[in-house]
Amino acid sequence: MNAPVIGIAPRHLVGILLALLALTSAAAWAQEETGQAAGFLTGLSHPVSVLDHVLAMVALGLWGAVLGPPAIWVLPVAFPLVMALGGLLGLLGIPVPGAEVGIAVSAIALGAKVLLEARPPLWLAAAIVAFFAIFHGHAHGRELPEGTSALLYSLGFVVATGLLHAVGILLGVAHRWSAGRQAVRIAGGGVACAGLFFLWRAIA
Amino acid sequence: MTPIARRGTIVALSGLAVSPVHAHLVETGFGAFYDGFAHVAVTPADLLVVVAIALFAGQRGSGAARLALFAMLIAWLAGGLVGAWWPESAAWPLSTTLTFAVAGALVALNATLRDTGVALLAVVAGLLHGLVNGATTAPAGATPLALAGAITAIFCVTAILSAEVAALPAGWPRVAVRVAGSWIAAAGLLMLGWLLRPGG
Repeated sequence: MNAPVIGIAPRHLVGILLALLALTSAAAWAQEETGQAAGFLTGLSHPVSVLDHVLAMVALGLWGAVLGPPAIWVLPVAFPLVMALGGLLGLLGIPVPGAEVGIAVSAIALGAKVLLEARPPLWLAAAIVAFFAIFHGHAHGRELPEGTSALLYSLGFVVATGLLHAVGILLGVAHRWSAGRQAVRIAGGGVACAGLFFLWRAIA
Repeated sequence: MTPIARRGTIVALSGLAVSPVHAHLVETGFGAFYDGFAHVAVTPADLLVVVAIALFAGQRGSGAARLALFAMLIAWLAGGLVGAWWPESAAWPLSTTLTFAVAGALVALNATLRDTGVALLAVVAGLLHGLVNGATTAPAGATPLALAGAITAIFCVTAILSAEVAALPAGWPRVAVRVAGSWIAAAGLLMLGWLLRPGG
């Protein structure tokens, strides 16, 4: 595990990386362009500013934790890719009907699966997640403010969504203990209830 | 904190530290070499392709990593020199986006590819990005020394990341690499949408 690779021992790499960090960060901040920084920060903050997206992503992480390996890592790898595909459809002007309803239903479905500790086959779990990812990407992936970097916005959006999954997975670790298991199920129920509210709001 | 967690934290911090910026040629105040060095760090498309290729090469083992490291450097240098005399190549955002999106997708899939295939991918990426790099930085006054700085930065990032990934044990650390690949691919897909959108 700690064998030298490409002639450099891993313990030496830490020092090199720290030196590189010092070089790159000083140069980067010295030349900061506000439009680019705004793109990344807007992308990073957008997913966490929309409650239905936050709850659905955390529920996805919780469900992954309930399902265990390999779903716990297959779902977070698959979701950003399919979500980006949804964003691509939106940007190309291809309509996805009922995106807001789809997002609300995703919170209901994912929350319910956590509550009921549903364990479908991996392909079905991945298909369910991919189906809902299209709605999330279509609705949120194209809200770029004027004058900001599209690439950095996209990167920030994807990273924030991934970090929300990570929060769900970390909270889902509690599922190993009996009290934690109940807490995770209650959290899933809470997400499903919130999803019902979002659905009512989307339809009304 | 375990050594792996510590290294992961440092890599994550490196990414955060350089992410909010993007400039055609950074003036560091330390001369052309460091301007070129910093240019890679503050150009998201270049940084993403270098990171994605490094992660993929690392996934495929130390043999592939060594090949990809030098293949990408030589290709980037050649592309940079050609690009400096061919400014028209500056307008290839679709191609440069595709390269890091494809490389990210390969990381996410943990795709099985021969060492020569990894090197070929590194050559294509290096040529394309080097060409665009040379074409965009030369009119801004970049010298061959700046190109040498950029090549050095690419060497550092690729060598460090691919070595780290090749040395990672099975399990969570390797899953984290695949997740990083899926993030890069997803950002690339969204960027393709921005480039191809009607009226975009």
